[in-house]
Amino acid sequence: MLRIEARKEPSVVMLYATPSIALVLTIISGFLLFAALGKDPAKATYLIFVDPLTSVYSLSELMVKATPLILIATGLALGFRAGVWNIGAEGQFTVGALTGGATALALYQVEGFWVLPLICLAGALGGMAWAAIPAFLRTRFNTNEILVSLMLVYVAILLLSVLVHGLLRDPDGQNFPESRLFHDAALMPILIEGTRAHIGFLVAIAAVIIAALVLRSHILGFQIKVVGLAPRAARYAGFSDSHIVWICFMISGGLAGLAGVFEATGPVGQLVPALPVGYGFTAIIVAFLGRLHPFGILLGGLLLASTYIGGEAAQISMSLPASTTRVFQGLLLFFLLATDIFVGYRIRWLAPKASTAVPAPKPAGE
Amino acid sequence: MDLAVNIIIGIIIAATPLVYAAIGELVAEKSGVLNLGVEGMMIIGAVAAFAATIETGSFILGVCAAIICGALMALIFAFITQTLLANQVATGLALTMFGLGLAALLGQAYSGKSAPTFPKLAIPGLSDLPILGPLLFGHDILVYMSLALVIAVAWFLARTRTGLVIRAIGENHDAAHAIGYPVVAYRYATLAFGGACAGVGGAYLSIVQTPLWVENMTAGRGWIALALVVFAAWRPWRAFAGAYLFGGITIVQLHSQGLGLEVEPQLLAMLPYIATIIVLVLISSDRSRAHLNAPAKLGQTFFAPA
Repeated sequence: MLRIEARKEPSVVMLYATPSIALVLTIISGFLLFAALGKDPAKATYLIFVDPLTSVYSLSELMVKATPLILIATGLALGFRAGVWNIGAEGQFTVGALTGGATALALYQVEGFWVLPLICLAGALGGMAWAAIPAFLRTRFNTNEILVSLMLVYVAILLLSVLVHGLLRDPDGQNFPESRLFHDAALMPILIEGTRAHIGFLVAIAAVIIAALVLRSHILGFQIKVVGLAPRAARYAGFSDSHIVWICFMISGGLAGLAGVFEATGPVGQLVPALPVGYGFTAIIVAFLGRLHPFGILLGGLLLASTYIGGEAAQISMSLPASTTRVFQGLLLFFLLATDIFVGYRIRWLAPKASTAVPAPKPAGE
Repeated sequence: MDLAVNIIIGIIIAATPLVYAAIGELVAEKSGVLNLGVEGMMIIGAVAAFAATIETGSFILGVCAAIICGALMALIFAFITQTLLANQVATGLALTMFGLGLAALLGQAYSGKSAPTFPKLAIPGLSDLPILGPLLFGHDILVYMSLALVIAVAWFLARTRTGLVIRAIGENHDAAHAIGYPVVAYRYATLAFGGACAGVGGAYLSIVQTPLWVENMTAGRGWIALALVVFAAWRPWRAFAGAYLFGGITIVQLHSQGLGLEVEPQLLAMLPYIATIIVLVLISSDRSRAHLNAPAKLGQTFFAPA
């Protein structure tokens, strides 16, 4: 029979191998799922996983979609390591886009090199302010941060909707619920001419490197790891619990807000009610796919960005619903978590003991 | 008076799916497992019930489909967290994402169709009484069953041996294991029960309340149900009361025009979410009490070394 045994040390091989195993299992089960739905499985799999990597344009789109995923996941991973569950990055992303976008609209037609940095700062602060609510409630009132941060996602999306229907609506827009298009000084500079890839991608890479350095060498990284692995030891060492909660929420909220303002001033170029498309939730998968490590998150972000682009392609050419991508993402997270067992445990096959194999006890005194 | 009666009926209809989902989750949490996938199980229940009702024309089969599919979703969660020992928070999130995506995929063929009207139980004589008739006797069977479910679960957890074992496992799974209770098997069962209940809650949305299939139609109700369990301090009757409280808040939204309120509809739509946060704060601010009520092993992985 099969038996699960705890390993003395986590397996390093499995730590790196399981994300790939999970990916292969996801592709296989996606294949079966499409076959069951009567869609061409080979074509769907090709469109979602391979096609996005075959042209310059789709590679640039990969950067566009990976930017928010990597930024958000890098922040979330710090919290997840410390047992701080910020599930509401989607809301912080939305509020970041909102505050950044509102700043851009307030500075409409104002020129100057400082305009865009100011807008981005406003976005990051907006995300931090939204994340401050669950952080404050958790540290002051001991309120579950998972539920609070999640509830605030719905509130943030409704807030965006109210404002683009009213206060921030384009005055010349025939009552469409959209803000006016931002002027050039408020838009993210484009990285590759003729595409939508913008310098936000470089910021995301910088965030990854800084996070990796902090985790590796800074006292904060050490504290986060200790709080996550051994909360009691952390308390004895005098690391303040609420200090860590605040820091994790501020970093993840700020990065999510930054991702939001990049999205608004980058590929979208205005505020629209449909701005939040789920990056905040997908980033949770990215964080786990990357094993909560910044460099892993970089790879995971690129991979999931490709499923977004592939999902869109499959939507157009195979009339699959947009939600197909989410099925894949959910499956991927399932398989990641399920294969995680191989890191900390080993599965052993024990042959059932035959009674003849047991030597008869020798009589005493011989 | 008619408006008041309509509002109360509206509250009952809005609260019933929350009652089902919250009671199911409450039982699972009592056994020490935190399943954050309620939203995903509800939406799968909603689409399964809708599809089965349209295809077979039978409401009973629709509700059965929701029960089975909700329980199956919960069993995926049970397998990953109980057998493969994965983190419950992350697995619950995966279940929600997977459920929302799969439901949208399955429901694509059914969007725009409308189901037949779910029958109300009419008791000759009683249902025709003024005021009391529509308030007490004019509802659909699922409303009465939700009440029966609360009574049954409250009795089961507090008064039966199995209920006691479930609570013991939630408080201290190591001790329960040492005595010889199969911790993992009990948790599979409570999770499946929770999934089945969430499925019925979803079914209520799609075949009674609307009756339509709309993508993402649960709109966070699964999460509100999770908050209700905390609000209820893991007590069935308080979960029931909480669900009705939230039903009331949702219904203010629908009747705001009738009551002469002129507010942006989106601001009113925020109410249930903001109310959830406020209620959570009020409940959890009393540190010592919140601590006493929660099952001690809630969310912790159980591994029995052989």
